[in-house]
Amino acid sequence: MKDVMTQTIDFTLNGKAVSAEIQGHWTLVDLLQQGFDLYGARQSCGQGLCGCCTVVLNGKPVSGCLFLAALADGATIETIENNEETLDPVQEAFIEAGAFQCGFCTPGFVLMTRQLIAEIPEPSEEEIRLYLTGNLCRCGTYPQIIEAVQKAAARMRAA
Amino acid sequence: MNDQITQIRAVGQSHPRREAREKVTGRIEYIHNLRLPNMLYGKIFRSTVAHARIVSIDTSEAAACPGVDMVLTGEDIRKIMPDPHFGVMFHDQPVLALDKVRYVGEPVAIVLASDPNVAAEAVALIDVDYDELEPVFDEMEALSAETFVHDELKPGIPEIQFLKGVRDTNVGFPYQLRHGGDVDKAFEEADRVFEHTFRTHPSAHVPLEPPVTVAEPTGAGLTLHTANQSPSFVRYEISRLLGWPQHKIRVRVPYLGGGFGAKLWIRLEALVAAAALLAKRPVKVSLSMEEQFYTITKHGATLKIKSGLDKDGRITARKCEVFWNGGAYADIGPAVAFHAGMTAAGPYDIENVAIDSFSMYTNRPVAGAMRGFGHPQLIWAYENHTDMMAHELGIDPLEFRRRNILREGKEHATGTALNTSSVEKVLDRVAERLQWGKPFERGEGTVKRGRGFAIGIKASIAPSTSEAIVRLGADGSATLMCSSVDMGQGSDTAHAQIVAEVLNMPVEMVHVVHPDTDVTPYDTGTLGSRSLYHMGHAARLAAEDAKAKLEELAAEVGAQPGSNVPIWELFARKNGMPVGHVVGTASFIPDGHIPPDPMTGQSPHITPYWMLGATGAEVEIDTETGRVTVLRMINVADTGTQINPKIVDHQISGASIMQLGQTMQEKVHFDFGQVTNASFADYKIPSMLDIPQIETSVLDGAEADGPFGAKGVGETGSFCVSSAIANAVFDAVGVRVSEMPITGETVYRAMRAAAGEPLEEE
Ligand code: FES
Ligand code: FES
Repeated sequence: MKDVMTQTIDFTLNGKAVSAEIQGHWTLVDLLQQGFDLYGARQSCGQGLCGCCTVVLNGKPVSGCLFLAALADGATIETIENNEETLDPVQEAFIEAGAFQCGFCTPGFVLMTRQLIAEIPEPSEEEIRLYLTGNLCRCGTYPQIIEAVQKAAARMRAA
Repeated sequence: MNDQITQIRAVGQSHPRREAREKVTGRIEYIHNLRLPNMLYGKIFRSTVAHARIVSIDTSEAAACPGVDMVLTGEDIRKIMPDPHFGVMFHDQPVLALDKVRYVGEPVAIVLASDPNVAAEAVALIDVDYDELEPVFDEMEALSAETFVHDELKPGIPEIQFLKGVRDTNVGFPYQLRHGGDVDKAFEEADRVFEHTFRTHPSAHVPLEPPVTVAEPTGAGLTLHTANQSPSFVRYEISRLLGWPQHKIRVRVPYLGGGFGAKLWIRLEALVAAAALLAKRPVKVSLSMEEQFYTITKHGATLKIKSGLDKDGRITARKCEVFWNGGAYADIGPAVAFHAGMTAAGPYDIENVAIDSFSMYTNRPVAGAMRGFGHPQLIWAYENHTDMMAHELGIDPLEFRRRNILREGKEHATGTALNTSSVEKVLDRVAERLQWGKPFERGEGTVKRGRGFAIGIKASIAPSTSEAIVRLGADGSATLMCSSVDMGQGSDTAHAQIVAEVLNMPVEMVHVVHPDTDVTPYDTGTLGSRSLYHMGHAARLAAEDAKAKLEELAAEVGAQPGSNVPIWELFARKNGMPVGHVVGTASFIPDGHIPPDPMTGQSPHITPYWMLGATGAEVEIDTETGRVTVLRMINVADTGTQINPKIVDHQISGASIMQLGQTMQEKVHFDFGQVTNASFADYKIPSMLDIPQIETSVLDGAEADGPFGAKGVGETGSFCVSSAIANAVFDAVGVRVSEMPITGETVYRAMRAAAGEPLEEE
């Protein structure tokens, strides 16, 4: 068996310049978990179908389970861990609406909701459903997530 | 009198989940995230055939693969577990296959390596030679088949020892109930008799965190860090397998990324424990999404139901025969056959009832407990049947049910009276929310609309035990130690509210210690909507005990009864500093359980409480394609007092969404025993686009014996969804779908068949 290929990449992680030695087959989930002990992006379906592994790369959400870490060289990455000290209006609205049960899907939904509100400040219920349809929640908290998105959007418009 | 102290109301408040912040920041602890120093990763080699004798296993190439530490087969497991068969009821499931494989996907070997990718590569190098046997897949075929999944039944627990030594059968467990008089005679005397057969399909739990276990050998024994709903059982079973005393096994469970029954009893624990002890290093096995489909499923079943009616439309006789497809190993399947079998005749007042419910072995992946514990399948049958009879008799389905439901205080077919729950109120509520008596907009052109409802009943599991410890500290805080697992249902929050209420302290002052069998005492398991009632009581009693001990302490240090000496000072007087604890303990087993008679299933006290639910559904059907859109779903639940109304609401709605998926779209497909859709690409769980308008309506009258009047609600929302939708489909287009899922194709085929122009079978 050939030796595993490794390489070093430099990127910005939650506002900090970092570098990491990675293996060629690593995905973003591997990179964050093994390189940085960040577990908010989680592998579930492993096929780009559930959104549990969502990471924001250069401003766009990507499936961390599929995106190769090597391609993140020079990129800017934001994860759910990017605001540890204070909760943002989206997180607060998720708590108020009770928009999670087991919480496994929650980071993906929170990150996607931030994107959604940035793109559509006053989303209709239909727009919310369409935008978030790539994120799955097995606990079935969808009605509460819709409520949370609406709450957060209203609060952010008012701010 | 001490009237200055105001009572804090903790119970009945919608406190946010206590771990909410960690969940929205992604910092919550799951075993999924756990990495230990020096840890190996295990990948499982699985059987590719459904039923075969193992001729040989060649692991040499895999073992020689650089980076591989060990490859283990069933024979290796014997070195450390003399009889490596586990199971909560039958000791029939090998840790790794021994002489035989019994389903496609069964674990045969495990590769351990420091890099999970290396382990996965090496798995592909294992070669097994099989001598194939005739498989049996269908539960009805299993009844008469010449091929047997097991040569001999291997009952584990005392209650089923009468099955010991039974050979040449695929019936794992036969349950029967006989109520009232001679049911055959009642059928003869009946004015009308109706008989129908229904089927349900296997589906998958697929919590988004798949099962995962880390085993860590320690100086004292073995620690299992595992995503499991029944830590106390894991400790017991692993100690039994290893022949070690229980105290040498420590089982630790933080939060679960969903459970729904998938993470009950033993999943990976026995295998990972053995692997870690043989490797003398920590080992982690995380299943992939695909592997979940080979690990545990929800029972498919064939359900036959027959009713005899008198000329007034009263049901006088009912016979139910249920065949549960349990897959290759028993798991909790026999208890599903038993427990769900109990209520197979539904929440109806029927004089003569005969029920036979069989858990069947087949060459399919194991079926176990899933939210509702067999009841959604049964209710699918009896509530379709009820509507079909009402239609045949020309009686409105609401009126027909009113004539037949079990009224309060009347005896259920099990012989136990229905005391605090009211079928009538549940029925009235769903009818009212649907505005059943009012005209309904039925659609136009090729789009038709319909509505329907269903009601269902479930008994709580019994008997079962919950123990709790409440420690009161000098800083005025309380610590609850219990082995209930918070898998998203909010048990930590609810139990903390109960403790806070008893101790009259803010709920934030109650700390909940997660299951850790070195610390937290015994609990049967987090299943069957039992925790709030059983652990709720244990937590309440332990808190009361702690409170009494604090009063003793006050007396001991000379504080006048009812005086306002602060807690810290009581401890300071005793210990010289404001430090120390009083410890309250409790063990709760509901009073009065009487095991049912094995021949008749009769017992005057079979359950501590009943759970009742109803669902109303409105659907729209495109008659050109058969496509069904559920527009509105109303879930009615008899909840007892709500400890946390918001969490109750979300549990009911979440359960109904899960069942909606299984009704409309989820089905595990097999091709000669091989799951062919083991991926979210092909097995579609509901997404945000599949969700109708959902309403919850609760009947929250106190459950007489519940802690603060509460009882379990985790499953109630799942009961009636499928049958309510089927009844609504019939109402819209006049066809009855007798097998789930209710896809556009099934409805379209049924419509064409009804019109006398059936489509060709595929
Ligand atoms: S784990 Fe990446 S999308 Fe599901
Ligand atoms: S909260 Fe459990 S999967 Fe969404």
